[in-house]
Amino acid sequence: MKAAILVFPGSNCDRDLAVAFRGAGFDVTMVWHKETTLPDGIDVVGVPGGFSYGDYLRCGAIAARSPIAGALADHAVRGGYVFGPCNGFQILCETGMLPGALLRNAGLKYICRTVALRVEETESAFTAAYKQGQVIDIPIAHHDGNYTADPETLRRLEGEGRVAFRYVVTPNGAADGIAGILSENRRVLGMMPHPERACDAMQGGTDGAALFKGLAQALVAA
Amino acid sequence: MKVRVEVMLKDGVLDPQGEAVRHALGTMGFAGVESVRQGKLIEMDVAEGTTDAEVKAMCERLLANTVIESYRIEM
Repeated sequence: MKAAILVFPGSNCDRDLAVAFRGAGFDVTMVWHKETTLPDGIDVVGVPGGFSYGDYLRCGAIAARSPIAGALADHAVRGGYVFGPCNGFQILCETGMLPGALLRNAGLKYICRTVALRVEETESAFTAAYKQGQVIDIPIAHHDGNYTADPETLRRLEGEGRVAFRYVVTPNGAADGIAGILSENRRVLGMMPHPERACDAMQGGTDGAALFKGLAQALVAA
Repeated sequence: MKVRVEVMLKDGVLDPQGEAVRHALGTMGFAGVESVRQGKLIEMDVAEGTTDAEVKAMCERLLANTVIESYRIEM
């Protein structure tokens, strides 16, 4: 099982993500944003949290057009798995691989705390190791996590069961309390919370580990 | 050749920063400010002969996120 983690100038959760993937049994390769190809045989690409390119222009906007972005899109088109927490979610929306956009938090404040998320959908490799409706504690740390999309897109996401995680109490104004969404083929997951920061008891909780475990189990079964 | 691109949140997209500015103006005693929308102004120096279509492509592909933003080009 092989994971590649993209590293942009300003990424700061890339190593946390690597530790989380390794904990679930993945071989991890870090891939600098100036590369134009991914290593052979990559099963999952991690798009890490942080402040890629200093959040210039819009969060994730420049990373989404960086040299590695073409290889990321090709990997997704081939049916490869992609996981993007926080800035990764912003980047995936900016590439168009996931619908919608992340606006400034409704309260205008940067929010850094652990929040309760409801697992809305277990029909994906990322969420299969959770129970439907399970409430998990996962940290958030963002200024621009206020998910928005047009009403038709929101209806489609709900109708197709693509809202993977929802806030129990919405901290940032996100439409319908959406914390994370899946792509149409359910192999791309973007979410504002950081499961990679909840994989070891030393981090204060381990509710995020099942996401990486579920993905590993899906790959072993495939 | 100078090009100016104005990027604004689309109507209907909540602008919490604009709202905070509006609130601050009210607090300072400027009465009657009914709404504030905050956007970006991008000035570019481009080669002579750059076409409208090229600048439009820059807007569509990078300068604006058309999911949430609209743009206006002045050349």
